[in-house]
Amino acid sequence: MIDIICNFWNDLMSNEIWFYLITTLAKLVLMFAVILAFVVLSVWIERRVAGWIQDRPGPNRAGIPLFLLQRFGSKEKQPLKNVLHFFGIPETSWIAKLCTWLRLDREIPTFGLMQPCLDGGKLFLKQELTPSYVRRAYFIAAPMLVLGPPLVSAAVIPFASGVDTIYGHISMCVANIGIGPLWIFAISGLSVYGLTLAGWSSNSKYPFLGGLRATAQLISYEVAMGLSVIPLLMMFGTLNMQNIVQFQADNGWTLLPFWGEGLTLERWILLVPMLISFIVFVTCVFAEANRTPFDMAECETDLVGGYHTEYSSMKFASFFMGEYAAMVIGSALVVTLFLGGWSIGFGADAWLASVSDWLAVLCQFIVFLIKLVAFIFFFVWVRWTLPRFRWDQVMRLGWLVFFEITVANIFLTAAIMYFTK
Amino acid sequence: MEYLKNDADDHGELVTLNMGPSHPATHGVLRLKLVIDGEEIVSCDPVIGYLHRGMEKMAENCHYNQYVAYTDRFDYLAPMSNNIAYACAVEKLLGWELPERGKAIRVLCSELSRISSYFLGVGVYAMDTGAMTAFLYCYEEKERVHNLYELICGARFTSSYTRIGGMTRDLPAGIEKPVLEFCDSAEKTVEELRKLLLHNKVFIDRLVGVGVITREMALQNGMTGPNLRASGVARDLRKTNPYLGYENYDFDVPVAQEGDCYARFQLRLEEILQSVRIIRQVIAKMPKGPIWVQQDKGILPRKEDALQGIEELIRQFMVSTECVNAPAGQVFFAAENPKGELGFFLDSKGGGIANRLKMRSPSYCTLSILPELLPGHLVSDIGAILGSFDFVQGECDR
Repeated sequence: MIDIICNFWNDLMSNEIWFYLITTLAKLVLMFAVILAFVVLSVWIERRVAGWIQDRPGPNRAGIPLFLLQRFGSKEKQPLKNVLHFFGIPETSWIAKLCTWLRLDREIPTFGLMQPCLDGGKLFLKQELTPSYVRRAYFIAAPMLVLGPPLVSAAVIPFASGVDTIYGHISMCVANIGIGPLWIFAISGLSVYGLTLAGWSSNSKYPFLGGLRATAQLISYEVAMGLSVIPLLMMFGTLNMQNIVQFQADNGWTLLPFWGEGLTLERWILLVPMLISFIVFVTCVFAEANRTPFDMAECETDLVGGYHTEYSSMKFASFFMGEYAAMVIGSALVVTLFLGGWSIGFGADAWLASVSDWLAVLCQFIVFLIKLVAFIFFFVWVRWTLPRFRWDQVMRLGWLVFFEITVANIFLTAAIMYFTK
Repeated sequence: MEYLKNDADDHGELVTLNMGPSHPATHGVLRLKLVIDGEEIVSCDPVIGYLHRGMEKMAENCHYNQYVAYTDRFDYLAPMSNNIAYACAVEKLLGWELPERGKAIRVLCSELSRISSYFLGVGVYAMDTGAMTAFLYCYEEKERVHNLYELICGARFTSSYTRIGGMTRDLPAGIEKPVLEFCDSAEKTVEELRKLLLHNKVFIDRLVGVGVITREMALQNGMTGPNLRASGVARDLRKTNPYLGYENYDFDVPVAQEGDCYARFQLRLEEILQSVRIIRQVIAKMPKGPIWVQQDKGILPRKEDALQGIEELIRQFMVSTECVNAPAGQVFFAAENPKGELGFFLDSKGGGIANRLKMRSPSYCTLSILPELLPGHLVSDIGAILGSFDFVQGECDR
């Protein structure tokens, strides 16, 4: 029986098309599970970090209450007490006190991690209100258009190097295509439609103003964002995201050229335009994700809720998730382009790959996630520190400052590359 | 649905936008009828009165001591200041003079409530411009003031601390330590806010040159308090028209010349420090002695005395039911409150109940400048401008 399955598997994987389909599907499931988990996680990170910054606990409850165990038939009345007794720990010891402080006597603590899930559940069960005066088809389409693009654009972000199996090479990137950054800009540009349509179809003045602001802002910052990446692409010499990260793994991260061919004079002079690119790009990512200090489109002090004022229940949750998904993807993009993506650095990637492909992939995946979380933390930190720009200042910054800087930066990079070659 | 109608310009560029009465930027229930051209405000029509409770009429139906509880609800962000201003107005009618300790306690309380109100004003202002964290730092300080209120008068928010001729109770023993601790933490928070906001490029860009009120505009509209001082008029009743012995304390009146939102914000932070200075002086030279006016009639006897002597019992009964026997006459008293000059005009025909009470509420005068000030600004500036006025609807609508 097992032989039959093994043979079938062998035949299936030996077929190039089936091999491609199956591996892609597996990567797809993994990638989207990670992204969606990170959307939830980043909500939690945001609220915990906000609490930390503002001298308050943030969501720290929402554990799994122990009485649920009794509901499901457990006869245990005081589980913590019995467990302590089982190990012979007196109730006055510091371990027992720590357990009580962690509320282990009442619940299985999740440190508030359950809070975003429960909030999602609450939004799911809430009444769906669609005002009578909206343009219904667009009103329903808008949240999908906001949530969809970030998830689709995640396809080209590599999360580990690749492994060679007996059936062929698996690259740890859902779509290993030669137009990585272009794909992301093209797809994430689509989310403008979501915001515009939400604002317009609500048929209400505040959402309309919010939609207009969002449209203008996203389109303007897309320009600066695209131009700020060009110096990098000139240095990498490729548009394939997997190759970009491989380049950084071999020759030093864009901002930390400490090993490989990164230790050349050219790379160190190139750090200047790279830093300019980094600052512009990160600012643009903030603007694209519609977060403070750039949350013109939904700043509550003048537009109440902005484009999602009229939305409720799961439609509102889609906007909410879309914003966080954009933040996660933006962070992933910054990490990939500037901070070495999955690469561990200092030549550790090559060494690990020589030990075992799978070990290397696992370590790189973990490193990628750590970098991602660190950058999300930075996102949150900025949000809870800075005040908000005014709308016209945002536009002026985009067109009069960033546009000029990025264009000049391209020429600067070209000059450096020409004269140091 | 009248307000949804676009009556500004039927087929043109102008849109009527209704902001409020329930809107995050309008701090309560102010309603603004705006006509906007794109993002630019063409005209503004403030609609007030959503929180009107007939406060002035109520004063004609309850005696002076009973009305103290209503004064908590004028400027509900600085209840102590209102209590004190009202009690002082009635005492001026009666021609009573508080003993030194009573005055010192009133100065302490009104400065505490000034700090609490400024902290909230500054914090909410920061939140209006998007800096949520600064708001929570400020709120912590405000909570500390409420803790002190609780020690002093037993209530955290609606204090009703004063009575005509004194206070409900003396300061508790050992109040100096928590008050001085609060002074330190308030100074620290002001320093933090300066670091966090005043030198922040985004914040400066938002506020400098926005909502400029010239000296003439401010005077014509009867603005008072920090909003007036930010426009270059050094008028502070504590200096120009001292009451409660403010002339004995050493403090400065900060004045700014610019008259923009940034100047108003900066000025409030500076005034917090000046109030802290006054509190330190009050605590340092807190006089001993009685807190009540030394009168036989019109003030409550001590509870122990009322339980033992018939004279005191009768007096307690009379004061509780009829309050003081005020002479006929008219009197106006204004106090420097956190929001500006809160004035009480009392018309008495004798007895314990006012014939007419008229309030001069600073927020009302401050808001009257909006139709003149807002046109030409952007919709985003509304939050910044309204926040910088630090008005409160409870006082404006009465």
